[in-house]
This record gives sequence, C-alpha cells and structure tokens, in this order.
Amino acid sequence: MRRWIRSLLVTSAAAGIGLASAASAADSIKVGVTQPLTGAVAASGNYVTNGAKIAAAEINANGGVMGKKLELVIEDNKSNPKEAVVTAEKLIVRDEVPVLMGAWSSTYTLAVMPKLMEYGVPMVVETSSSGKITTSGNPWVFRISPTSEMEAKSFAGNIEDFGIEKADMLVVNNDWGRGAADEFSGMLEANGVEVGVIETMDASAQDLSAQLSKIKESGGDTLFVTSGVEQLTLVLKQANSLRVPHRIITTGGSQSPSQLIEQAGEAASGSYHVLFFAPWFPEMAPNADVAQRFVDQWNENGYNAAGLTEGFRGYDGIKTIAAAIEKAGKAEPEAIRDALWNVKVNGVNGDISFIKQGPEGRESGQNIPNVYIVKIENGEIVKPEF
Amino acid sequence: MDQLLQHLINALILGGTYALLGIGLTMIFGIMNVVNFTHGELYTFGAYMLFFVVMVLGLNFFVSLAVAVVLGIILGAAIEFTLLRPIRGANIDTTMLVMIGAWIVMQNSEQWIWSGIAKSVSTPFPSDPLVFGPISVSYYRVFVFAAAILLIVGAHMLIHRTKLGKAMRATFQDSDTAALMGININRIYTATFALGSGLAAAAGALLAPVFVVTPTMGNIAALKAFAIVILGGLGNFKGATIGGFILALVEEFGAGYISSGYRDAMGFLLIIAVLLFRPTGLFKQAERIG
Repeated sequence: MRRWIRSLLVTSAAAGIGLASAASAADSIKVGVTQPLTGAVAASGNYVTNGAKIAAAEINANGGVMGKKLELVIEDNKSNPKEAVVTAEKLIVRDEVPVLMGAWSSTYTLAVMPKLMEYGVPMVVETSSSGKITTSGNPWVFRISPTSEMEAKSFAGNIEDFGIEKADMLVVNNDWGRGAADEFSGMLEANGVEVGVIETMDASAQDLSAQLSKIKESGGDTLFVTSGVEQLTLVLKQANSLRVPHRIITTGGSQSPSQLIEQAGEAASGSYHVLFFAPWFPEMAPNADVAQRFVDQWNENGYNAAGLTEGFRGYDGIKTIAAAIEKAGKAEPEAIRDALWNVKVNGVNGDISFIKQGPEGRESGQNIPNVYIVKIENGEIVKPEF
Repeated sequence: MDQLLQHLINALILGGTYALLGIGLTMIFGIMNVVNFTHGELYTFGAYMLFFVVMVLGLNFFVSLAVAVVLGIILGAAIEFTLLRPIRGANIDTTMLVMIGAWIVMQNSEQWIWSGIAKSVSTPFPSDPLVFGPISVSYYRVFVFAAAILLIVGAHMLIHRTKLGKAMRATFQDSDTAALMGININRIYTATFALGSGLAAAAGALLAPVFVVTPTMGNIAALKAFAIVILGGLGNFKGATIGGFILALVEEFGAGYISSGYRDAMGFLLIIAVLLFRPTGLFKQAERIG
C-alpha cells in the first residue's frame, strides 16, 4: 500500500514537471548562446553574455518575439574549441534551440561550424574575425563582427595620419591573430609601408619578453598587436619595462581600453586601439540613440564599464536573432536562416544587414560594421587628433 | 649582440621563478612520492592572496608578500592533512586521482570567488625600467630575481643545515628506517608538503604584479614545473634549480631566434630529448637530496 502511494506520488510529480516544462516551452522561444565564461578569455565571454542578457530583457519588456518570451540558454565553452563543439551540440540536440549565437574566438567558431551544417541550425557570430569563417562555404553562418580584412582596409585610411613607415606585429597564435597578421601586413605593404618582424604568442603565454626584445631591435615605428585584453595588458606592461620604442596600436576589437588603463596603468599611455564601439563617445555611432540607451542599461545593471566595448556584440547579436525570428514568423532553423538574409537592425555598432560571402550557392552572411580608433592618454580615453 | 644580452637577462630573471616552482614540486615528489597536481593552484593561490592583501586590505607590499607565502604554507599543510594523510601508503594512482580532484575543485573555487576577470597588483617599485645602454629591465623584475634566489638558497639551507632537513633527507632515503630511528614520518610529510606549497605560493605572489592574476594562471605554471622536474630528475633539488634556468634559456632563445610561436614547444622538445637519452634527468641519481 505504502509503496503504491509512493509510486503514485512519483508519477504525478513527474507528470507535473513534464507539463510545466511543456508549458514554458510553448510560450517562450529559446536562443542558444555559447561563450567562454571561464578560462583564458573568460572576461570577454562574460561581457558578451551580459550584453545578450540586456537585449533579451529589453525585447521581453517590449512584448517579446511574436508575442512569446525570448529565453537565452547560455552555455560555457570554457575558452576551449573542443568544449565549444560540445556546448553547441548540447544546445541543438538537448535544448532544441532553433538558432545560436557564439562562439567568441575564431578558433571556437570554426570548430562549431561543421555542427551547424550537420544539424542545419543557423548561428550569428558576434566576435570572431578570421576570414575563413565566411569564406569556407557554410550557409548557416551569419557574422555581425568585421573580418580582419575589413578592419585592415578601414585602417588603410589612417596610415598617413600616423605617418607609419615601418611596422612590426605581435599576434596571438590562433586563427584570429594569424588572420589579422596576414591582412594587416598585406594592407600595409600595399600602401608602401615596410613590414618588419611578425611575432606570435601562445594564447595562454604570460611572459612575452622574448618576442618584445626582438621587436625592439627591428627598428620599426609602429607595433600592431592583436589579442584579448588580458594578454594586451601584459604586452603593454612588458613593452614599457623593456623600453620598446614603438607606437602601439591594438586591433581586433577585444581590447577594452578602460580595463587596460586600470590594469596596465602608465604603460597603457600613448597606445591606440581599433574598436567597433566607442562607449565614451556614443555620439560617434550612426545610431547614437541606440548606443546611448545600451550604455545606460549596462550601467543600470551594474556591469563593469570596462566590458562595454565587448558587451555590445552580445546585444547586437541577440537583437539580430530576434529580428530574424520575428521576420520568419516561426522559430524554426531554416525559416530563421532565410529571414536573416533580409533583416535590418539598428544596432549599437550601426545598421546590421548581411551581404553574401564565400563560394556561390553556399554563401555565408557578413555584416559591414563600423570601425573606430581611440587613444589612451594619461589615464583617459580620447579621440585621436589627426 | 644587444638583443642577445637582452634575451640573456630575460632568461635569467624568468629562470629564478621557474626554479622556485620546480623545487617545490620536486621536493614533494622526491620525499612523499606524490605527484602534486595542486602545485599550479598553490601558485595561483599565492597570487590571489597577494592581490587580496595589497589591493583589498591595503597592507604594505613586502608584508603582503610574506603573508601570501605563509598562507600558502598553511593551505599546503591543510591539503596534506585532510587529503593525503588518510590515504597514506595507497598506490600512486590513488593519490594522483585525489590530487587531480583537488586541483579541479581549487581552480573552480578561485573562479567562483574572484570571477574570471583578471586582477592586477601594483608594486611600490618605479614603473620606469632600469636601463643599461641597449638593455632594459624593470626594477620589480630584478627584485623578483633576488627574492627567488634568496628563497632557493633558504630552502637549500633548510634541507642541508637543519635538523628538520636532515629528517627529510633520511625519510627520502628510507622512510621505514627513518621511522624506526624515531622520526615522526607524518610530521615530515606535512612539513615537506607545506614547504613545497609555500615555494609555489611565493612564485605566484612574486609574479602576480609582473603578469595579471587569473584563475587559470596556474595551469601553464604547473606544466612548466613538471617539465623542470623531469629535466632535473625526479626528486633532485639541484637538478630542479638548474633545470629551471635551462628551461628559461631554451624558451627565451628559441622564441628569440627560431620561432616565437613555438616558444612553449621548445621546452618540451628538450624534455623529449632528455627522456630519450637520459631518462633519469640531466643530473646523476647520487646527487639527489630530496
């Protein structure tokens, strides 16, 4: 008798849970997010996720998508490409999300891409900049961040402003860094600038004195550095103590100058940073009202102001996904992918829409974002004077 | 030539902390036969403690360094007491699994407490470097080097000139006989683990202002420590000291003159060579002291 009652209780409880989850699934639309929340680039991944949360909260406060709540399912890819694949597969198979946003680093994104093909699920890429992502013929990829090529091209107009004659490079040794080194050195040479040494550093390397000593001897006037904010802090500090004479310009959009000022102190002074959002000057953005509103919401949530330059990516990514779902009229992978081709979003970076890139018939979507340059001077972020 | 000198200085300074890391690990392995996977986490712990005491509590930098090392010693003793003592005499696989578990728990706790965002620690040293002609090096790095050498000499003296050190060496040679001679083996084990942990915490605390402090900073440090221990021979104090400097030299010159992308691979190529040609390490077995 007792056993019978207990089994009845268990069954009804299980049925109750089943009903509850079915109900929540019916009135919400899930969006999968895979970001590095722990590990070497954890800070950036957390900032992007904060931005995504702001976007979701804003969308839900304004009535959601197709009258349903937008629900973010966030997974930690642990700053590791293998984990990125595991999280994407989990989101697609177990959570049955119809669309993903991720995976921060080019290396993680490239690792996830075959899974998108396998399951037929679209992904909005918010940070990665390796050219390969949109040129390899994966029709499920839509990138809102600029490629290294776009970044390099937009910088070409500033070569004369800086008066660069000979440049050296120090990049993180992965798809992102090596891609940036190729694009920037190609662009500089095409504009008559001599390229000295191109040095690489492991993503987790902390002591960079060997690379910097070599760069110091090369005789260049400018050093382009591409890496995450943690490693850039080390580069600035160590370049200062080794008296590397170069003007340092960081690229890639994951620098967070506020954090550099806080952590590298005086060593950050005089450095320039190529960014995709300049939260100190929201009026510079094409959609100044959107940019200002995003900055306000970020501060209201009490998030670290140093994360704004990274956090906007998550915001723009989720806004783009929501617009696509709304346009598709249903939360199904294929419909969302087709809708992504026609979205027009007023994002923090600027207007987001996709052009075709890659081999014909299997094109990936690529947005053309805006690029900004700021300078750190005596602990302040300023617009450079040219 | 200028570049050569600069690389040499860099390698010397880096080598000091590598040696510190290697010595702590090799002592624990040599005397206790425990592969200490928490070594990198003690390094991280030292760095976070320095950050906490200097940046949060606002104490004097040098006092804080000492506090961080003492806390590292206490944590090491606590790990030995709670995790290793109950499984004393178990085979090496069991202790390895326990230590791997402790490593994961410690790293995730650091992540949980301090979040993934890097912390930086400021020092009372001037940020302008010392400049000798074409070579420059920061004052703080010179201090790190001096402190590392001091600690290495101190640990050496402790092992060779004190009663505790004598007991450690005796335990290393033959723990059963040492026990029969009235040495409290359990106490020696705890002291060894605490001392090794203190050295790792010292390395972490000393390097915290040079680098930035993150929960995963210990992984690469532990990897280097294992490399140094293999290079110098397991349980070999002098071997670990020299091994630390050799690894730093190989990395620095490999990165400077061959390829910076393979900087970390250089050290491991060296280890493969050592394992192939001198599997007991570069130095003679007889020189081992624990």
